[in-house]
Amino acid sequence: MNAILLVEQTLNGLQLGVMLFLLAAGLTLVFGIMNMVNLAHGSFYMVGAYLTVAAANWTGSYVAGVVLGLAGTLLVGIVVELVALRTLYERDHLDQVLATFGLILFFNELVAILWGRAALFASIPAFFSGHVEIVANLRYPLYRLVILGIGLAVALLLWYVVARTRLGMLIRAGASNRTMVAALGINIRLLYTLVFGFGAVLAGLAGLLAGPIYAVQPGMGELILIQVFVVIVIGGIGSIRGALVGALVVGMVDTMGRAFLKPVLGSIISPTAAEAAGPALASMLIYLLMAVVLALRPQGLFGARGN
Amino acid sequence: MRAHLRLIVVIAGLALLALVPAIAAALNQPFYIDLLRRVMIFAIAALSLNLILGYGGMISFGHAAYLGIGAYAVAILSHHGIHNGFLQLAVAVGASAGIALVIGAVSIRTSGIYFIMITLAFTQMLYYLGISIEEYGGDDGMRLPRRSEFSDLVDLGNPVSFYYLVLGVLIAFLYLSHRLVNSRFGMVIRAAKSNEARTRAIGIAPYPYRLVAFVIAGAMCGVAGMLLVNHTNYLTPDFMHWTRSGEIMFMVILGGLGTIGGPVLGAFVLLLLEDLLSGWTQHWQIILGPLLVLAVLFAKRGLAGLLPGARRDD
Repeated sequence: MNAILLVEQTLNGLQLGVMLFLLAAGLTLVFGIMNMVNLAHGSFYMVGAYLTVAAANWTGSYVAGVVLGLAGTLLVGIVVELVALRTLYERDHLDQVLATFGLILFFNELVAILWGRAALFASIPAFFSGHVEIVANLRYPLYRLVILGIGLAVALLLWYVVARTRLGMLIRAGASNRTMVAALGINIRLLYTLVFGFGAVLAGLAGLLAGPIYAVQPGMGELILIQVFVVIVIGGIGSIRGALVGALVVGMVDTMGRAFLKPVLGSIISPTAAEAAGPALASMLIYLLMAVVLALRPQGLFGARGN
Repeated sequence: MRAHLRLIVVIAGLALLALVPAIAAALNQPFYIDLLRRVMIFAIAALSLNLILGYGGMISFGHAAYLGIGAYAVAILSHHGIHNGFLQLAVAVGASAGIALVIGAVSIRTSGIYFIMITLAFTQMLYYLGISIEEYGGDDGMRLPRRSEFSDLVDLGNPVSFYYLVLGVLIAFLYLSHRLVNSRFGMVIRAAKSNEARTRAIGIAPYPYRLVAFVIAGAMCGVAGMLLVNHTNYLTPDFMHWTRSGEIMFMVILGGLGTIGGPVLGAFVLLLLEDLLSGWTQHWQIILGPLLVLAVLFAKRGLAGLLPGARRDD
């Protein structure tokens, strides 16, 4: 019985991990290349979820909803980059944090105006619903496995693009020395817009995948965004490999903490004390982890750049 | 000359604030006392953040933590039947300073984006701690059993005397920050912000100075938290929500980084604007958001830079 719970929670942890990775990949690229802190990254997650639900309801087809949702998120990402964020790349982090904080307020309110403050219902498409029996007596939702698969596929694709293509070479070059890349005649602004739009699409993908599991509502992006920041800080800012490792670690630690911390604590201290301390400690666990990592290794596990 | 002009502006502003209860009474609008009291409490919080953010260059994205600690200190004591305001003040200041010491000791070792994130992470920890302690209201928060009692000195139940208490604290803290940033200690903090390598070269390690500034700012914000929970009469973990940290930070930037009066001005403009917009439409954030973006993009030196007596050189 306990082994089944362990397998189930491991899968849940991995699934949260790949979800975090989809968001972290874009955020860490934008940070590594443009040196830009984008708090509004969570807004793309929200926009992706909303646009997909709206488009799926409008067309009546989940697949069309996904395609339109992703295209819409790409468009929103590029417009935001062109209108507001482009001028912020040269500013210090303080200005970036504040301006993107303003964008969060704007997007949350815009979504509330268009679709209301109540959570929207996002359905799992028929071909992904149902359960799979992985091991005996463990029936796991197919949809969560699909998320896992998509996340891993995106990680593989990202690795291929960044490590094996010309575009990836430019991205890596831009991260290590953007002045030099610009001097070599690369249109760095276009590259920036491209990377930003790409990051927005990944965030939108995470949002539309998350829709049926978590609630689709205004402000959904911020809740996960702070966890994503923990991920990229642990993994090392600017590193995609770090984002993957950090995301899986954070996903596992968070899930395992919530599932097992209370019973484990209960066997050490008194059960009533564990009843109170367990959930508190579980939700603080990833932040503790981040503080420890930063104290021991300030540039993160795979830090591509210092400060 | 400039310094004089500046002082006159500040004194005129404070004098105007002192007249508010009388004006509100004359207009029969007691609501204004309440509104401006809240604004002044946030001005105190912004003032304290400015010490480390504006003068010390430490971008703390978790300053709301101390607002929460001050508030929780008062509410927890009150929950257990201790209503003595002086004792509550001592605990609020002590707890905020102590936690700021721990957070600062770890955070100040890092810099740049890592500092922003680690201060945010610590505040999130406290926020979730607040949410999960059911005894003190948990997620929903709890009513403050009774307001802090300062024997016969001041009655917080009386809106006007509470108003003047907040104004008094604000003035005292304005003076305190003025003395602090112009002392030798303040010079070191500012020197470390503008050029850390040179500061080290003349034989001063910035770390202990930064840490002390961080603790002072935390303790001052703890006082704001104590006032805030007395003002709302309700304790909620939302005092520590990260958007609250963002708001306080924005007050500082809007008013003008590294100016004594700037954060107070920023608090007034932001909160009065919020009040104005929310009276106009429930979707006021859709206007406020882009305004924040525009303010960051175009008003680099904050509103204090527009006032008479502002320095023109930097």
